[in-house]
Amino acid sequence: MSNFFTSSIGKKFIMSITGLFLILFLCVHLTVNLLLLVSPEAFNAGCEFMALPVIKVIEPILALGFIIHIIWASVLTLQNQKARPTKYALRNQSQNCTWASRNMYILGALVLAFLALHICTIWYNFKFGDITDHYELVSSRLEQPVYGIIYIIAAILLGLHLSHGFWSAFQTIGFSNQIWRKRLEYVAYFFAFVFGIGFSIIPLYFMIFGA
Amino acid sequence: MADKILKELTLKIWRQKDAKSKGEFKTYKVHNISTGTSFLEMLDILNEQLVQQNEEPVAFDHDCREGICGTCSLFVDGRAHGPDDDVTTCQLHMRRFQDGATITIEPWRCGAFPVIKDLIVDRKAYDKILQAGGYVSVNTGGVPDGNAIPIPNDKAEEAMDAAACIGCGACAATCKNSSAMLFVAAKVSQLALLPQGKVEAARRAKAMVAKMDELGFGNCTNTGACEMECPKSISIEHIARLNREFLKAKFKD
Repeated sequence: MSNFFTSSIGKKFIMSITGLFLILFLCVHLTVNLLLLVSPEAFNAGCEFMALPVIKVIEPILALGFIIHIIWASVLTLQNQKARPTKYALRNQSQNCTWASRNMYILGALVLAFLALHICTIWYNFKFGDITDHYELVSSRLEQPVYGIIYIIAAILLGLHLSHGFWSAFQTIGFSNQIWRKRLEYVAYFFAFVFGIGFSIIPLYFMIFGA
Repeated sequence: MADKILKELTLKIWRQKDAKSKGEFKTYKVHNISTGTSFLEMLDILNEQLVQQNEEPVAFDHDCREGICGTCSLFVDGRAHGPDDDVTTCQLHMRRFQDGATITIEPWRCGAFPVIKDLIVDRKAYDKILQAGGYVSVNTGGVPDGNAIPIPNDKAEEAMDAAACIGCGACAATCKNSSAMLFVAAKVSQLALLPQGKVEAARRAKAMVAKMDELGFGNCTNTGACEMECPKSISIEHIARLNREFLKAKFKD
């Protein structure tokens, strides 16, 4: 295992594992969020479930997952920038790869910016505020068009990030071949679609119908 | 039907005296180019013109001119080996260009492939990666009987697909990260798939990846641009195999 973490594939392996772990977290997050569309009681019950000790134990691991994913992405991106000291005068990359795959770091950074806002406005209040009605807090925020639109944009950016990230993670850990590549790409688009639409319809619902 | 004639083309070409000099783009005009001319022949015509004008001809790499040696390179109009898919620059023809067009021609841009002169880059980095492990150690002795080692047909086919790599450097040149993963993957794959290569598979994957990192190539982000520009259409499924080979070898250590 010597030099594993300094090798390019080793570093990418870390990106893949943390990325897949964060996707798992997104699945749980989206499931609880969709309860907002069911009823206030259902969502509040979901929030109580999220306050259970089991979940509390996972929280710092999740935070660590985010931090590692972000730091490693920055290290890799910096190295990649350095690998081409003189840039091309003319590039035509739209002919050979998708926009999302070329802009993973930018997409990630924008999602991170949203995450900072999300933590300040909602997560912090959930965690440390004196909240009894979680539904009320979320709905009062999301029915404001400014918040609603930011949340929708963030959902789309996250979807784009996952449209490449999901299958790319499997490719990096070596779980891909001619047959599985197509399958994984379709699953990636499915995930991108589910998360993009799933996280968008909630603010859209509150903006249209109010609390 | 006779080939059409492109009356005038404007060429924006990177000129650089030697490795140490600072290069710059120079603009040239060529006239009456037949659409049946290959891209390199068009450059030959330009060079004859330059020689007649007592100017230094444009230096560019070329050899077989039939797409099998991997010597020619060039980044033409923003793409490695030009706008056609699955061809080397020598197989690119002028029928792909419009009369009056401006064509931008650059050398491979990659830290590990420094420019030597004009459009020629030093691709020794790929040789160094091969020397690190891209071979099979064979003991001398009698020639083994044919078919003594059974190899399934699909494995032989896949190995052959990987072995089609001509080491032209388009993968690293086109990659947004200047990653050489497709080249290393093809070389690891062609041997890892066959029984003769399996013996040294673990050592090979580790040594070649270590050399690739050491030479300053970037990290693969699976954009897939390399396989689109590869003149031999080598698939990035080989990169997945390289990842598997490398991770297997490292976890066993």
